Amino acid sequence: MNIKENIKTLVIKNPLKLDCGKTINNFPLAYETYGSLNKNKDNAILVFHALTGDQFVTGINPVTKKDGWWSYAVGPNKSIDTNKYFVICANVIGGCMGSFGPSHKNPDTNKIYGTDFPVITINDMVNAQVNLLDHFEIKKLFSVVGGSMGGMQVLQFISNYPDKAGTVVPIACTSSHSAQNIAFNELGRQAIASDHNWFDGKYLSNNTLPDKGLSVARMAAHITYLSKKGLQEKFGRKLQERDALKFGFDADFQIESYLRYQGSVFVDRFDANSYLYITRAMDYFDLVKQFDGNLSNAFKKTKAKFFVISFTSDWLYPTQENKDIVIALNAIGADVGFVEIKSDKGHDSFLLDVPDFLNTLKNFLDKSYSER
Amino acid sequence: MKTEYKIIVDLIEEKTRVLDVGCDDGTLLESLKKNKNVDARGIEISKDKVQTCVSKGLTVIEGNAELDLKQFPNDSFDYVVLGQTLQAFINPEIVIKELLRVGKKAIITIPNFGHWKVRLNLLIKGTMPITESLPNDWYNTPNIHMCTIKDFVKFSKIINFKIFKSLALTNKNISTINNSNLFYKNLFAELGIFLIEK
Repeated sequence: MNIKENIKTLVIKNPLKLDCGKTINNFPLAYETYGSLNKNKDNAILVFHALTGDQFVTGINPVTKKDGWWSYAVGPNKSIDTNKYFVICANVIGGCMGSFGPSHKNPDTNKIYGTDFPVITINDMVNAQVNLLDHFEIKKLFSVVGGSMGGMQVLQFISNYPDKAGTVVPIACTSSHSAQNIAFNELGRQAIASDHNWFDGKYLSNNTLPDKGLSVARMAAHITYLSKKGLQEKFGRKLQERDALKFGFDADFQIESYLRYQGSVFVDRFDANSYLYITRAMDYFDLVKQFDGNLSNAFKKTKAKFFVISFTSDWLYPTQENKDIVIALNAIGADVGFVEIKSDKGHDSFLLDVPDFLNTLKNFLDKSYSER
Repeated sequence: MKTEYKIIVDLIEEKTRVLDVGCDDGTLLESLKKNKNVDARGIEISKDKVQTCVSKGLTVIEGNAELDLKQFPNDSFDYVVLGQTLQAFINPEIVIKELLRVGKKAIITIPNFGHWKVRLNLLIKGTMPITESLPNDWYNTPNIHMCTIKDFVKFSKIINFKIFKSLALTNKNISTINNSNLFYKNLFAELGIFLIEK
């Protein structure tokens, strides 16, 4: 996979002290931008991607040749209108689309890091990305927006940099990863680790890939992104290109075939070790604990305007967990709006064509922008 | 804008913090923002209406007054407004106490069940009254705890809150309710508007 030529990279010279205690410097942060920065430099939106996303938010992803992961929401005249806003998105550190991650070489040993890469956190991710503001000479972002793990970064960002964003939009996320969230992530990691091609993370030096394990991890995770009702309506018990059950272990059912397909296309674009590192970062995320059990304290220093969005059928980061963020904000009199969008599409709703969501997001941003 | 809203806007002082509980499509909040420069917030149970409010640039959370007022600290607002919904709650006493905990003052409006049309409707027809302001049948009305202006005044003594100002709305005319005209206002007012305090 030759990806380098299509990737913009900022080399971060400032040393970054990670939560694990190690310090990194001179590391690459891959990013992409859409739209243009205005004269006052006050129309920028930093979008944070989710677990398997990357910096290619919209348009055709030059590496995968597929639509960007948030093409429904970001683009000209869309919810995040690139005619109006300057959209920046960076690949998270630990990722595999050009930012410093486990598939990079350790300059000291000249060997690929693998699992020798330092464990990173959501906090480390946003502390790396804040360097983009200096790079573009942006004092204050108009907005920070993200869904799922992107939402966690949104919360961490405004907590770390209370003056650096005017509006804050966490979508379908949580302030603290639940036991169930950790359990599903652990299932994915164990699937990867039990693939004999994983080689304790040193698969690249062994010229192999733990594709099977990564694919199973993706299949399991994919189920958590959909709702029972959505699955039932789309697949039910429909059979895959056959009239009757075959009494074997082939993919008899369409849902099986669909999941296998999702797993197989995922391994072409994602690195197994990055999957381990990023899921770990999500599991370690606990903004409540960072602020000694009081989430409100995470937001005490900011005057930003918040808008929290959840989805009725999202059982991975259910409405109540999103509402806990709203409650923490209301407890300190912060400016916070909240809506739960009706959708059968599960956690993935924020990535899909859900008109109520897309309209609401657009209305919030555009109104806030005109009233800023 | 409804006369009811105009009266509420007049009751609220400039540059205060206001929470509209059951803010509907945000008409009142918009007017308060524009005319009184208030820090306006809303709670609304209907997703569609929350989305309408967002499109107007209002800060609204989707929620239910009985469950979601809890999250606001004491005295978070100068005024909490509850327009024509007190009668729809399972426990109006708890709601009033919550309004007065969250807000320094509360403005409550009630459709007056003591209005002569309502009384006549029941007296003559012998069925549950259906009027312009109470258009539902008994079996599909959200109003489970209807009261009259007189009942509300009595209620203030029972659960111990102060009525600071009481206004009656009759055919778009506003008048003050006091002890000596209570009987008549209770007969002729369509709506009672009360500014209350702990």
